[in-house]
Amino acid sequence: MLRGLRRSGILIPFIILFIALAISSKPFATKVNLLNLLDQQSALLVIACAGTLVFVAGGLDLSVGAVYALSAVVAARLAQHGDIGLALLVGVLVGVLVGLLNGVIVAIFEINPLIATLSMSFVVSGIASLITSGDSITLYHRSAYGDLARTQIFSVTSATWLTLLVACLLGAALWATSFGRHIYAVGGNINAARLAGLRVTQIRVATFAISGGAAAFGGLIDSSRVLSAQATNGGDTLTFTVIAGIVVGGTSMLGGEGAVWRSVLGILFLALIGNGYNLLGLDPLYQQVTLGVLILLAVAVEGFGRIAERWNIRSWRRRPAPQVAT
Amino acid sequence: MRIDVVETAEAPRRSFAGLEVIGISKTFGAVRALNDVTLRIEPGTVHALVGENGAGKSTLGKIIAGVIQPDQGQVAIGGRTVSMRSPRDALVHGIATIEQEISLVPGLAVQDNVFLGAEPHACGLVRRRELRRRWQMISDESGFRLDGFQQVSSLRLGEQQQVEILRALSRRADLIVMDEPTAALTEQEAHVLHRTIRSVVARGATVLIVTHFLKEVLALADTVTVLRDGKHVRTGPASAETEASLIQAMLGRDLSTVFPEKRPAPATAPVVLGGENIVAPGVRGVSVEVRAGEILGLAGLEGSGRAELARALFGQLKMSSGKLFIGGEPVRRPSPRRALAHGLSMVPASRRDDGLFLTRPIVENVSISSLADVSRLGVVRRRAETQRIAEVLSTLDVPPDRQRRPVSTLSGGNQQKVLFARAFMRRPLALIANEPTRGVDIGAKTAIYGLLHGLAEQGVGILLISSEREELIGLSHRVLVMCRGEVSAELVGDEIREDRILTAALTNTQEAESDSAWRGAGQPHPSLRNTIRRDGE
Repeated sequence: MLRGLRRSGILIPFIILFIALAISSKPFATKVNLLNLLDQQSALLVIACAGTLVFVAGGLDLSVGAVYALSAVVAARLAQHGDIGLALLVGVLVGVLVGLLNGVIVAIFEINPLIATLSMSFVVSGIASLITSGDSITLYHRSAYGDLARTQIFSVTSATWLTLLVACLLGAALWATSFGRHIYAVGGNINAARLAGLRVTQIRVATFAISGGAAAFGGLIDSSRVLSAQATNGGDTLTFTVIAGIVVGGTSMLGGEGAVWRSVLGILFLALIGNGYNLLGLDPLYQQVTLGVLILLAVAVEGFGRIAERWNIRSWRRRPAPQVAT
Repeated sequence: MRIDVVETAEAPRRSFAGLEVIGISKTFGAVRALNDVTLRIEPGTVHALVGENGAGKSTLGKIIAGVIQPDQGQVAIGGRTVSMRSPRDALVHGIATIEQEISLVPGLAVQDNVFLGAEPHACGLVRRRELRRRWQMISDESGFRLDGFQQVSSLRLGEQQQVEILRALSRRADLIVMDEPTAALTEQEAHVLHRTIRSVVARGATVLIVTHFLKEVLALADTVTVLRDGKHVRTGPASAETEASLIQAMLGRDLSTVFPEKRPAPATAPVVLGGENIVAPGVRGVSVEVRAGEILGLAGLEGSGRAELARALFGQLKMSSGKLFIGGEPVRRPSPRRALAHGLSMVPASRRDDGLFLTRPIVENVSISSLADVSRLGVVRRRAETQRIAEVLSTLDVPPDRQRRPVSTLSGGNQQKVLFARAFMRRPLALIANEPTRGVDIGAKTAIYGLLHGLAEQGVGILLISSEREELIGLSHRVLVMCRGEVSAELVGDEIREDRILTAALTNTQEAESDSAWRGAGQPHPSLRNTIRRDGE
C-alpha cells in the first residue's frame, strides 16, 4: 500500500485538499479565485518544472531565487529606454548563462551542487543589487512590458498560458525524449550512465542551464505582472518554496526519480494551503507550521517507500547494521 | 547492561549446546522461501548453508540471526526454544551476525571498533587502559595479528573482517553467522579468512556460513546443509561431499554439460578488438587481439591488471600510451562512448555500481545505450522500443511481460541478463564480459555460458574476464594469463588447464614475495574497491 501511495504520491492529498476547500469555502471554487491562483503561481511553477530536471539528474539548484531577481532587474533596466523584446531576451540569456556556469562548476569541476549554487546565489544577488543600487526599477511608463504576463487570451492571462507551455515542454522532455531518459540515468547511477555511453557532463550542465533559464523567465513574468523589478525579490524564500514544491510532489532528492507533473501539483498544493488559510480566515501564523509538517510528511512517505521496497526485494546487505548489545 | 569481557577472555566459554531449527517456514507474499526446515548446528563446528539463489539459505541465515522471524517453527538453543525479534535479541542468546558489508567505523582505531558500544567506562568516561587490557586479551585469544591502534580505514578487507569477528567474540558470541563472507575478497584474503574461521572454531566458537562458493564449503566446513526451493535436502559431513554431489543436490539434477562444446574461430577471422602496447594504471605494456567468433579468456590473480586492461580497452580507464583498434579501425582518445560507437560493448563487473539503474524499469535499462535506434527527433517511440526489447529479452529467457517493472525486482541472474540485453541491442562486433556470472545462481550461470557461446557463434569477439578458473577453462578458446600488469602466458587448446593458468599467474612471483607484497599494500587494491559492494543475494 505504501508503494502505491508513493507512486500516486501528491495526487490523492491534492484532490482531497481541493475538495475540502471547495466544500468549506464558497469563494474558493470560483473561476476568478482559481485563475488568480494559477496566475500568481506562474513563476514558481516554471522554475519548479525546470528544477525537477535538475533534481532528477541528481543535482540541486539553490541559485534560482537570485537568478529570478537578476534577470528581472537586467531586463527592466534595459526596457526602461530600449527595446522590450530585446530586454526580455537578454534577461533569459542572463539566466541561461548563470545556469551554464553552475553546471560547469558542478559537472566539470565536481563541486557539490549545494555549495556551488549557494555561492552562485550570493554572487548573482550581489550583481543584481549593484545594478539597481538598492532601488526598485519601475516601468509604469512602459506598459508594453506588462504584455508578457498580463495579456488576456480567452480570459486567462498570458502568464498562465506561458506556464502551461513551459510545463508541457519540460514534462515531455523528461518523459518522452531520449534526453529525458539520459537525465534519469545520470541521476540514478552516474557510473553506469557513463559506461552506457552517455555524455554525462553535458547532460548535467544542460539541466542547470535549463533551470537558470527558467528562473530568469519566472523573474521576467513576475516583473511584467507588477511592472517593476527589485534586487530583493525572489531570493531564498522563492528558492525554498520551489524545492519544497518539488519534494512535496514526490521527486526524489537523491536523483533518478521524479516527474514534472508532480512538481506542478506540489507547488499548487502549497498554494492551495495558503489560499485556504486566506479564504477560511485562519491565523496565518499556523500556515508555516502546516507547510513544514507537510514537507516532512512528504519526505517521510518517500523514506517509508524505500524501506518497504527494501523489504520486498529482501536484500540482506542493504539492511542497517544490527545493533550491538551493550 | 554492561558485558564483562574479561570474564569471556579468561573464564571458559559458557557451554553452547548447539542450535536447532525446528520446522521453520517463511512466506514472502506469494513466495514460499522456507518450507518446514529442520536442522541442527553442532557446537564447535563450521556449518555451511548452500543452495541456489532463492533456495532460502539467506532467509534461514537471517532467521537464525534474528533479522527476520519465521511464520512457523522454532529456533532452540540447547533444547530450549528461544524467541528472537531482532539481531540484538539474538546477541543476548549468543548469536552474532557478520554481514557481507563491513559495518565498522572507518575513522576509529581497531580496538575502539571492537568495543564500540561496550566500552569499559567509569563516570561516563572510557577507561582507556582497561580497554587496552581487554583488547590485548581478546587479541591474544584469537591469534590474529592486528594492531589495536591502527585505523580501520587503512586495513585490508580481510583484516576488517577479522575486526568484525573480534567484535563478535568480545560480545561472547557462541555462534557467528556469516553471509557470503568471501564474496568480496581476493583469493589470498579468502585464505586468511578461512584460517581465521578455523582458529575461532578451534577455540570453541561455532560458525555458520551462507555461501555460493562450493570449493570454500568443501575446504572449510565440517557440516553442509543443502537447501533447494525452500526445502531441506540434506545435512551431512562435508567430507562426504564433492562439488558434483553438492551441485546435484542443489539443482536436483546432474550438471554434466555445464559448458557448451567449444568451436574455435578460424585463425583467419578478422581481429575485432585489438590493443597494442597498452600502458595504463596497473597495466604495463600489453598487446591483445580478439578475433571475430573467438572467446579470449583473461586470467590472473586479483591485482594482476586484468580488470584494468579491460577497463582501459573500454575507455573507462585512461591509458598513458598504446593503441586501440575496434573492428579494425583505430580509436582515438578512447572513452566508453567512443568504444560503443565503434562496436565494442561491455558487461561491467559490478551490476549495481556500474551497470544498472535500479529504480528504473527494465525496458529503460536495456534501451539506454540504443535510444537513437528507437527514437525520432529525440522523442522515444515507446511502441518500437517495447517491441525491440521484448524480442531481445525473449532470446535471453527473461520474462518480457515484466518490462515496466523496476529492474531491482529481478533476481541477480536476470539482472545480469538485462545488461547482456543492453549490449546485444547495439549489435556489437566485440564484447568485454567482466565477471559475467558473479553473484548469480548456477542455473543462471549455465544460461550465461550458453549466451556467450551463442554470441561467439554469431561472430562476436568476446573478451572474458573471470575469477572462476573453471569458467575460463570451460569457455575460452584461448587464454591470456596476466601477472603484475603483463601477459605472462598465452594458452591455446589443451594447454588451457588449471595448473598452467595458476603457474603463469604466479610466474614472476614467488609465493612468499606475493604474500608480503599483498600484506604491505595496506589499502585494498583499487580494482577491488569496485567489487566490494556487490550483489548480496
